[in-house]
Amino acid sequence: MNLAVWVTIAASAVGAATPLILAALGELVTERAGVLNLGVEGMMLIGAMSGFAVGVSSGSLWLGYLAAAASGMLIALLFGVLTLSLQTNQVATGLALTLFGVGLSAFAGRSFVGLPIRPLLPLRIPVLSELPWIGPLLFHHDPLVYLSLLLCALIAWVLKRTRVGLRLRAVGESPEMAHVLGEPVIRIRYLAVLFGGAMSGIAGAYLSTALTPMWTEGMSAGRGWIALALVVFGTWKPWRVLAGAYLFGTVTVLQLYAQGLGVHVPSEFLSMLPYAATIMVLVAICRDPKTILLNQPASLGRSFHPGY
Amino acid sequence: MPPRGSLVPVFDQLHWPLRLERRQKPSAAMRICSSPLAALAMLATGLLVFAALGKDPVAAFRVFFVEPLNSTYGVGELLLKATPLMLCALGLAVSYRANVWNIGAEGQLTLGAITGGGVGLFFGPALGHWGQPAVLSAGVLGGMAWAAIPALLRSRFRTSEIFVSLMLVYIAQLLLSYLVHGPWRDPAGQNFPQSQPLSDSVLLPSLLQGTRVNVGFIIALVLALLSWWFGTTTAAGFRMRVGGLAPAAAAYAGISERRNIWLAMMISGGAAGLAGVCEVAGPIGMLQPVVSPGYGFAAIIVAFVGRLHPLGVVLASLLMSALYLGGESAQMELQLPASVSGLFQGGLLFYLLAAELFIGFRLRRAHRLPSAAPAGGGGA
Repeated sequence: MNLAVWVTIAASAVGAATPLILAALGELVTERAGVLNLGVEGMMLIGAMSGFAVGVSSGSLWLGYLAAAASGMLIALLFGVLTLSLQTNQVATGLALTLFGVGLSAFAGRSFVGLPIRPLLPLRIPVLSELPWIGPLLFHHDPLVYLSLLLCALIAWVLKRTRVGLRLRAVGESPEMAHVLGEPVIRIRYLAVLFGGAMSGIAGAYLSTALTPMWTEGMSAGRGWIALALVVFGTWKPWRVLAGAYLFGTVTVLQLYAQGLGVHVPSEFLSMLPYAATIMVLVAICRDPKTILLNQPASLGRSFHPGY
Repeated sequence: MPPRGSLVPVFDQLHWPLRLERRQKPSAAMRICSSPLAALAMLATGLLVFAALGKDPVAAFRVFFVEPLNSTYGVGELLLKATPLMLCALGLAVSYRANVWNIGAEGQLTLGAITGGGVGLFFGPALGHWGQPAVLSAGVLGGMAWAAIPALLRSRFRTSEIFVSLMLVYIAQLLLSYLVHGPWRDPAGQNFPQSQPLSDSVLLPSLLQGTRVNVGFIIALVLALLSWWFGTTTAAGFRMRVGGLAPAAAAYAGISERRNIWLAMMISGGAAGLAGVCEVAGPIGMLQPVVSPGYGFAAIIVAFVGRLHPLGVVLASLLMSALYLGGESAQMELQLPASVSGLFQGGLLFYLLAAELFIGFRLRRAHRLPSAAPAGGGGA
């Protein structure tokens, strides 16, 4: 096996990882504010559908991404109203969001199934992208790949170094204390949920306009859940989530290339790999209870009632 | 600066004439009414959706809910489709009451179909009279085995059963797909990805002449009774409920969390496996790549709409089954997409969660006190 094949695999792993990064970073911010939104899969599908639909109808992919972010936010708002204002159970509401998103995207996107779209193309960075090996690996990707890296750095910095990040984390660790100190807990949580929705929407649109440029029902195939698991795997830290996503991207892509590489295993078993890998990394990270206890936002998944 | 001290901030900030107020104690009436209210709200939304799609709402209602049911065959179909939903949801209700979030019933159902179907395929003719019980037990064991994985990982490594059980859905579906495309494919099946048909000796007997409903429905009803008995009279059922409601108190009282997790997973997995084998040994009659149109996921909604109570689950599974039938009927007669059912199912759960709010809260006319009027003030 030659190096060129491995470069191709690594380069496509970057593409496969990007939607996971976007969705997981959004969910990370939501969870750091103490809200567990299990509806990522549903929001991704809504984003994939609306991004594709607007992209095809308007001819502009950027309008599509805008629509995907907006629709992701809209459905996340529904989640927010239920869990934050009406204080429903976050787990149940998140599941409802996923089931609803699957149904709604299939219903609203039915006339777009099978339509072609001009996909999001890689940037050709002059000179650099022509470098051997390093060029295709680092400098020949679409803009969202770079955006996801930028966002990761930005989120890591905001969470760790800025007042906004401190307030967000305070709300996620101890909403009661933050409330006493005058923080608008519910409002901050709303903003975090909306941010998560926008990111999931964009992640979905990346699936339908860049990774596999088409729309089919249920096309996210569990990626929303893998993104959720990545947040745990990354112990709620942006850079670790990024690393985890690239690991998963590699597993996903290896599975596609395996047959070409002469691995004679039925394709179904190869397709199981990302799901099995998710289970294995979760076990690996949860084995030591301290890892979770020390890193998980202390009030994750708990409703907060201000005003008594 | 930020307005604080509000019970439900969005409502307060909008200065609605009504406000939500916590009840002194949860309303018993609302506890019963929340599900029917949610169903009504869903119905109203459904009619609006039909109108928005340019269909006459009344005619659409007739096609969706009346026509599928106005024949014996139709009622049989209602009970037939309610069976897997009821089986899965009964198990899930027990599990959710114990605060164990098994959301992979679809995978356990698929594995029950594989193990039950496998026993039926390879040993069916040899088993004679014991064919049906053997196939059903194999299905239950298959579902349990699949649920044992999240149970083990949760109780030993504290790995979230939500993720593990869900990931196993995809793995089970791929396994089934491999079997019917590969080793279990019917050589005489003209290359269709399906197994040989199961022999008559393992197929479940029909319940009503002229319909497809089979004894699986009776089994589901018996299980509903059993789960009622389990929840209300047995110590294990009580321990599970305490563990779900107050984990700290349960631990203090010496109730084993590990045992609760295992029990919840085995009950919900076994029930889902039974649902799977009832489909394979019932209406499908063979193994094929897809054995369920998402019954395991719809059962999550059924469990909640049934308010995690056996009787509620029985009623909710009939409602959900009617939604499936209505969706099929609307697809054929109104050229509406089949996905409209999925939309209604998800919407129903949203309405239910919102309606449950009124168990603990009530709407009151807002009496705006002078001190509470300025922006930024609110009840302390």
